[in-house]
Amino acid sequence: MKKWNMIVDVARCHNCYNCFITTKDEYVEQEHKGYTGPQPLHGHSWVDMEYRESGEWPIVETNFRPVMCNHCDDAPCMKAATGDAIKKRDDGIVIIDPKKSKGQKQIVDACPYGAIYWNEEEQIPQAWPFDAHLLDQGWEKTKIEISCPTEVLKSVKVTDKKMQQIAKEENLTTLEPRMGAKPRVYYKNNHLFEAYFIAGTVVTNIENREECLEGVTVTAVRNEEIIGSAVTDGFGEFKIKKIYPDANSITLKVEHEGKIVKTLGVPLEDSTYIGCIEI
Amino acid sequence: MYLYTLLYGIVLALRFTALLHPDFRKRLKEHDMVVQIKLENNKVGRYYIIKDGKISTKSAIHPKPDVTMFFKNRRIAQRVLTPPNDYGELVHAGKNFQMGATGEDKLVCWWMITLGKLLSSGWKVGVKMPNGETRLVNNTNGGPLYVYVKDGKIIRTTPIELDNDDAPSWTVYARGKEFRPPRRATVPAYSLGWKSMINSKERNLYPMKRVDFDLNGERNPQNRGKSGYERISWDEALDIVAGEFKRVKRDCGPGAIALSHGSHHNWGNVGYYLSAMLRFFNGIGFTRVMHNPDSWEGWYWGGVHHYGHSMRLGSPEPFGQVEDCLKNAEMIVFWSSDPEATNGLYAGYEGTIRRLWAKELGIKMVHIDPHWNQTAGFFGGKWIAPKPGTDPALAQALCHVWIEEDLYDKNFVENRTTGFDEWAAYIMGQGDGTPKSPEWAALETGIPARDIRALAREWGKKKTYLGAGGLGGGFGGACRTATGTQWARMMVILMAMQGLGRPGINFGNLQQGAPHDYTFWFPGYAEGGISGDLTHTGSALVTYPRMPHVMSMNNCKQIVSRLQLPDAILNGEAEGYLTDPTSMHGQFSSFKYPAPGHSKIQILYKYGGASIGTMNNSNRWIQMYQSENLPFVVSQSIWFEGETKFADIILPACTNFERWDIGEWASAGGYGHQFYNQVNHRIVTLQAKCQEPAGESKSDYQIFLELANRMGLGLYFSEGCTELDWAKRIFDASDASKMVSWKKFIKKGYYAIPPDEPEARAPTAFKWFYEGRKKDVPEPHPLPADYSEEFQKGLQTQSGKIEFIPESLKKFDDPDRPPLNKYMPSWEGTQTTDLLKKFPLQLISSHARYSFHTLGDGKDSTINDIRDHRMLIDGYYYWIARVNKSDAKARGVKHSDLITLHNDRGSVICAAYLTERVRPGVVQAYESSAVYEPVGEPGKSTDRGGCVNQLTSQRSQSKKSSAMAPNACLIDFKPYLADTTTRNTTAEAHT
Repeated sequence: MKKWNMIVDVARCHNCYNCFITTKDEYVEQEHKGYTGPQPLHGHSWVDMEYRESGEWPIVETNFRPVMCNHCDDAPCMKAATGDAIKKRDDGIVIIDPKKSKGQKQIVDACPYGAIYWNEEEQIPQAWPFDAHLLDQGWEKTKIEISCPTEVLKSVKVTDKKMQQIAKEENLTTLEPRMGAKPRVYYKNNHLFEAYFIAGTVVTNIENREECLEGVTVTAVRNEEIIGSAVTDGFGEFKIKKIYPDANSITLKVEHEGKIVKTLGVPLEDSTYIGCIEI
Repeated sequence: MYLYTLLYGIVLALRFTALLHPDFRKRLKEHDMVVQIKLENNKVGRYYIIKDGKISTKSAIHPKPDVTMFFKNRRIAQRVLTPPNDYGELVHAGKNFQMGATGEDKLVCWWMITLGKLLSSGWKVGVKMPNGETRLVNNTNGGPLYVYVKDGKIIRTTPIELDNDDAPSWTVYARGKEFRPPRRATVPAYSLGWKSMINSKERNLYPMKRVDFDLNGERNPQNRGKSGYERISWDEALDIVAGEFKRVKRDCGPGAIALSHGSHHNWGNVGYYLSAMLRFFNGIGFTRVMHNPDSWEGWYWGGVHHYGHSMRLGSPEPFGQVEDCLKNAEMIVFWSSDPEATNGLYAGYEGTIRRLWAKELGIKMVHIDPHWNQTAGFFGGKWIAPKPGTDPALAQALCHVWIEEDLYDKNFVENRTTGFDEWAAYIMGQGDGTPKSPEWAALETGIPARDIRALAREWGKKKTYLGAGGLGGGFGGACRTATGTQWARMMVILMAMQGLGRPGINFGNLQQGAPHDYTFWFPGYAEGGISGDLTHTGSALVTYPRMPHVMSMNNCKQIVSRLQLPDAILNGEAEGYLTDPTSMHGQFSSFKYPAPGHSKIQILYKYGGASIGTMNNSNRWIQMYQSENLPFVVSQSIWFEGETKFADIILPACTNFERWDIGEWASAGGYGHQFYNQVNHRIVTLQAKCQEPAGESKSDYQIFLELANRMGLGLYFSEGCTELDWAKRIFDASDASKMVSWKKFIKKGYYAIPPDEPEARAPTAFKWFYEGRKKDVPEPHPLPADYSEEFQKGLQTQSGKIEFIPESLKKFDDPDRPPLNKYMPSWEGTQTTDLLKKFPLQLISSHARYSFHTLGDGKDSTINDIRDHRMLIDGYYYWIARVNKSDAKARGVKHSDLITLHNDRGSVICAAYLTERVRPGVVQAYESSAVYEPVGEPGKSTDRGGCVNQLTSQRSQSKKSSAMAPNACLIDFKPYLADTTTRNTTAEAHT
């Protein structure tokens, strides 16, 4: 049985908000019978954007991530619903029935991802229904995928087995897997939202001028284990990426022309620009 | 005998069409009338009686027809009346008085349009979907859309995905890889948000009159912006407007009517301001409110003098840059260049994929901008953040390192440029004693000298593309500040030193120069559309000869610079400099208001309502509107926003989704020649009428037609055509009509123009120049007279070379634009010490990302819900000001606090967005709030709508130019205290 999944590539998202806007275009003040009631003009973000800014001037990094109903296989919302207000379709899509869910505000609170919104006027809980009404009409992709200019979103209809294989091959994760809801929305390059970086500038003094030093290797070590390294570019800058937080502090070893010329400790609470290292 | 048949044939055609088409049947019931068609000498004639939708006819001369069409002789009548319509013959006969029409304009036009509908009634538009929806196509300032419609209502819009019947995509091979763009048309949020703007509750639905405006009594201009409105009928509104036109023309003479419009309009060739609007207003004469080259300022007033390109407003030729950059470049320097925010211009996210390819190929990227902008954030690379306005100093220091370390193209400098020795002497400090060294620039720019030196070396050693501005050569940013002219000049100078046109060395950020067929002609919006205006649009080049129509001309010589319109009204005088892309020297001519012998402005006809958000020191507009020097103000607007609320009469216009039009994606033409070069697939669209106009709103074309009817200009204006008829005429004139039938085109809604075969592609820009050959790129300028030696030999400059010290500026005395482009600090910036003490922060107001200027913003649209566009606090959507965390901390401001941005010109409430993405000392807010909402007296109180241009200076970049400089703006901010204690913050912090 092939089922729908969504793969979100965080590295390709640049915050254009098209997925957010096209969802409003589709659902705001527009009912799709059997799928959704009309979304209010303002206030709901069925497909929403998350933003992460790391580092500090002058080395900053920005990352973005669309989030939406995860169409969980073990959906907490379904457990919270009374009657058959929420349906898990054979193709994996979770539909909150706009009639049967009336008045069931507890469904909103049940979602660990905050992806369900309460429609005050209609008195119904609402979430992004995977554009199911369009897929049922034969659309091969969701509307959010069609609207995304950078191919962040990929709607994939495969067997669960195949999906697990893809997840493994492409190193996909789900959001908050520990909650055990078994989301059908997968994230690629999600380390951009979880890991940290250490950046700095290596400079030296040549003929009384401060100069950027290229080709210096900076290695991050924690508990005597190398956790990352980077080589300075033409601007003397290095950026050691994909560092995960840990209680232990990090030591940076600066290696120039085959010799360790400096060693310094870095406390890591957040992505950091440590400034200039003079050698 | 043939003429008898033709005349009788008309009645058969009318009856037959009525039988087949209910809409036509309905139309015939609109007017009862007698129409006579005859030879002028009455020897042949037939009249048609239309009564209750029925037609009867008689071969005779009617004693009292309502409408008469007459022909000079039988030959002409036959030629014109023989189907299919030949507009060439029709226009020719009309212009030469070989035929004519008499009767009330309204009825004459109705009859002519009815004849046109004999043909168009059978046209079938759109693709029927299995679920009962119809898929139509329309176009926007961000790109084309599929529009799904059911029961006369728009259901959804999506980007267009190309199918197998559409032309193939181009391919570029670079460094062993093959790159082909995805087969679709990417668009930005403000395109996908259109439906919410169409259905907005802030639409102008009915003609309105300000309640205390008494046409024949007290007009109360001082209450504009304060008083409310009452609904009036279209007839009353149009009678008032046409009556005022006649009154001021009669009582005051030429110049009394001023026409002011935005820089853009709803997409399309028919309804555009450069089309229908000019056609109508040329017919009545008007004071031109002249546009400065607003997003090209520095390039036009400065860059042009070093290397020409006046017709592109000083921006460089774009051909072949995508292929060359991917194949040969090692680094791209984005200088004040944020194509991911500005979509280049009009081009959705079409350039994005190419920049991703560049990243894949390992092409390095550097971003020079005080703001870690969207492009920098997405692609990464080195961030160099100069203090705003100091960029020319940074550029000069690059020259210093290149000279000192021998990192420039000596051969090119020697053979393709003039004046280098003088330039080098200045850079090295000979003369003024100040070498323009990295250490010198570091003090000015706030960038460490080591970074400047490193950048100069990277650049000097690597084949580098310079993406300057959003388009890669022009558009926005650092060209819009006090030093903008100096900066754009420096951009040309840098390329002159690096060998412009050498493989891998060129202008560009991969936004322009896709390998299209640049010889395939479809008009862009600035090519005149239906205007027939041969002097102020690009019509004369191709549109006019290809699409026969009656030319039009505004013969009123009075001009006011748009930036000075309030000053002209308030002070009664103003002086500006010409925007004249036809030459490098046109800009040296000034014009004064009032023009000799002309009337002062009595009527301001305003199209749209953007000025308070987009013009400088814009509280001036409010003072202007409330001045008794301005007796009458009309606003023709879609939404009740911005300055629309200052009009006496509001004429509700509909959107381009509620009328017919035709247009190619991202194609401007004229001053924006070949802008389609940004997109991956050239796409021509029939812009279908998708639903009926909201309320009583009408299309711009229809409004002008009804005004024209009142001025006796109905037939002149319409040529008997509807908007859809005009769309067909434009299509027929274009090269598209040779490739696809009208029938097929309107069904599918778009046509993708095939790209050139690889061997036929346009050569890389400036390669001809680098190699010292004649110009071989498909670019119809400079004009022949601008070549000093032979046609197509050399550049537009006097020497034909890149001039470090321009000859043109040597003969023009502007103290702020000396021939040698020496560094002069901003007149409102890092060295204006006293002002800096009072207002220590620099405001940069870039082009917005989620709205297209004011389009998309406000209007109760869904765009407002984008949390990087506006922030919802206490139920109000506030404009966002991005402030560095340290500046915020120093002022006790937290993320999503309301703050007041202020200086001596005004104050604006914004939501504080704390970030490290702006360097300390800099505040970034987009330039174009559609919402003006003063908390007290308009023009004198704080605005909570977000019009940060209330804070910017109206001073021109240089003394003898009309060049706006919004990015030279000192401000401070403080917490907005009015209701901080009671306020319940609902804004969600992002982090």
